[in-house]
Amino acid sequence: MTSSTLLLGAVAYDPKVVTIWEGFRTWFAEHGLDFDVVLFTNYERQVEAHARGHYDVAWNSPLAWLQLQRIAAKTGRQAHAIAMRDTDRDLTSVVVVRADSPVKTIAELRAKTIAVGAHDSPQATLIPLEHIAAVGLQPGRDVEIRYCDALVGKHGDHIGGERDAARALVAREVEAACMIDGNHLLFAKEGVLAPGSTRILTQTGKYDHCNFSVVGDPHREPIAKFRDLLLGMSYDDPQVRALMDLEGLRAWLPGRTSGYALLERAIDAFGTIDAFVGAVVGGQ
Amino acid sequence: MDPDPRLPTVELGTLGLDRGADLLLARALMRRGAGERMRVQGHDRELRVHLPAWCRAKGHRIVEIVADDRGVTAIVEVGARVHARAHEAVRAGLPDPSAAAAIADVADPRWGVAARGALVEAGVTPIPFALAHKDEVWADEAPSLYAQAAAAQWDPATAIPWDASIEHDDAIEDAIVQVMTYLVENETTALLVPARFLAQIHPHFREVLQVLAIQCADEARHIDVFTRRARLRRDVLGTSSAGGQASLATLIVEPDFAEASFLLSVLGEGTFLSLLWFLHTHAPDPITRAVVKLAAQDEARHVAFGLAHLARHIEREPALVDRLAMAVERRHDALTQTAGLNADVFDALVLVAAGGLDTAAIGRGHAAVRALVDDMDSGRRRRLQRLGFSTDRARALSELHTRNFM
Repeated sequence: MTSSTLLLGAVAYDPKVVTIWEGFRTWFAEHGLDFDVVLFTNYERQVEAHARGHYDVAWNSPLAWLQLQRIAAKTGRQAHAIAMRDTDRDLTSVVVVRADSPVKTIAELRAKTIAVGAHDSPQATLIPLEHIAAVGLQPGRDVEIRYCDALVGKHGDHIGGERDAARALVAREVEAACMIDGNHLLFAKEGVLAPGSTRILTQTGKYDHCNFSVVGDPHREPIAKFRDLLLGMSYDDPQVRALMDLEGLRAWLPGRTSGYALLERAIDAFGTIDAFVGAVVGGQ
Repeated sequence: MDPDPRLPTVELGTLGLDRGADLLLARALMRRGAGERMRVQGHDRELRVHLPAWCRAKGHRIVEIVADDRGVTAIVEVGARVHARAHEAVRAGLPDPSAAAAIADVADPRWGVAARGALVEAGVTPIPFALAHKDEVWADEAPSLYAQAAAAQWDPATAIPWDASIEHDDAIEDAIVQVMTYLVENETTALLVPARFLAQIHPHFREVLQVLAIQCADEARHIDVFTRRARLRRDVLGTSSAGGQASLATLIVEPDFAEASFLLSVLGEGTFLSLLWFLHTHAPDPITRAVVKLAAQDEARHVAFGLAHLARHIEREPALVDRLAMAVERRHDALTQTAGLNADVFDALVLVAAGGLDTAAIGRGHAAVRALVDDMDSGRRRRLQRLGFSTDRARALSELHTRNFM
């Protein structure tokens, strides 16, 4: 590693992560950027290492972004979201019941069991539970929660948790299940949910998902070059198209932070990251 | 309110995106240019949620969406990258082998295993097929030879009169078992050699792959029926000699497709044609007669393909003739110190032709085998001359051919 190396932190939530970043590393090298990756097994370790300045840019989940943002703010710095996937914008989550369920409103879920994703999944747990809480049903008090904890620490990036929640719904073990809008469609395609066998009870508002995060000046080198190259990467280029398919995007877009309000509301309501943020700040 | 009813519309009815409507939608949007807009209408219960999610994943943009009791109406803008896969895609030849420019002179490794004639997306991981030049592998006869082979496949269970009676004496039966044992090891070699090259030939030359694949299947069937014939009256098989195996080993390890094909198909299997028809003439029972006849018919196609692609190759690369001649000489030198044909096989052939053990019969049998060897030699010379070897050179090379026949 040299001073001009752009070091990226990413969580290895799936073996394909190695393929993706090795491929992008080659592409960046061909475009004059010395780029390398450090892989973490969980976002908390990644955020803490970022806060300590161990690498330059993090590929962060929305929850990791808020963790980093708050740690930075409490230590007199500022975090920036410099880029994101086109598919990271304007997601929604849905709460799904079986098509024959008598439940017609969120309120009718009272005293029932809802399957969600991993404890730390913004999309399949935190945001939908806050959506339910907003109409007066407190998780754990008014509704029982079945957590499907596939790979905690990965913030729900691995969709196994959502899939398990869907399976629990099909098995009539729970009354409702939470998932991303697109995964409701995907699970029908996969056969996990038979088409027409479920009904969308409610849909959350829109939120954004992952971003590339930096702490401090986002215009410094080599971060600026990294961002410029990223935004110039084209799906028309067959060399990177397969990697973009694996990462699930058609284009990299400039980062924006306006899409994290729902998740902020959820973590404030549930106190999800307070202890972690406090521990990292206290250890600085 | 209905967003812009003047726009072209894709009507999804009650079909959901989770039940196939995505196909209709994708087809409709693919026909439009990037940035163009379409109106999407549907009445599926979940379309309001699924349509934006689908568009996000596919790179399209929802400009406006209206959902009410009557269904969903949306305006979708076609994504900038929707046609990306067509960029730099290449057509990998044409499917009809007789069409002009159907077969490339050099098959591109980036075509991978794509069907000939497919539109191949850029970015395919290249597969380094060692045999990618048309001149090395192609024969214009390959399509028709494959078609003939496919039509001529026979079922070992029904094509052979397995229940026919065997009335000859034990010595002749022992001879038949020995010959069958010998045929099995030769046919095993004739299976392994094309199988080794199959995986090295670029699939662009589809018909060549098909010919070689069916050739392997032919040999598998021959191994089956020869083994079954040997076991009809005996629990164990005959002998396998070191000299015979040394000869076959030189075929199996031959790394060059043209040379291996020449040694195996033109010289070896060509010689075997004489042997199989000899056995057909002298077979003591209808079962043996049937198995060697069916095998001979298959082998004739193998020889025909070897001759066809080598003749074409030589026409384009005349120096190949010398390389092939050297291959025969090299093999001969390698086998000089070996015994050649298994003596048990030679004796068995004499016995089969004799049909009995009295001196007159053995004399006739011996003469018949001598005539067989002469017939094999003239067949080899004829095929060598067809490939362009002079009469003298064909005679010399034929004499150098392995004494093991194959």
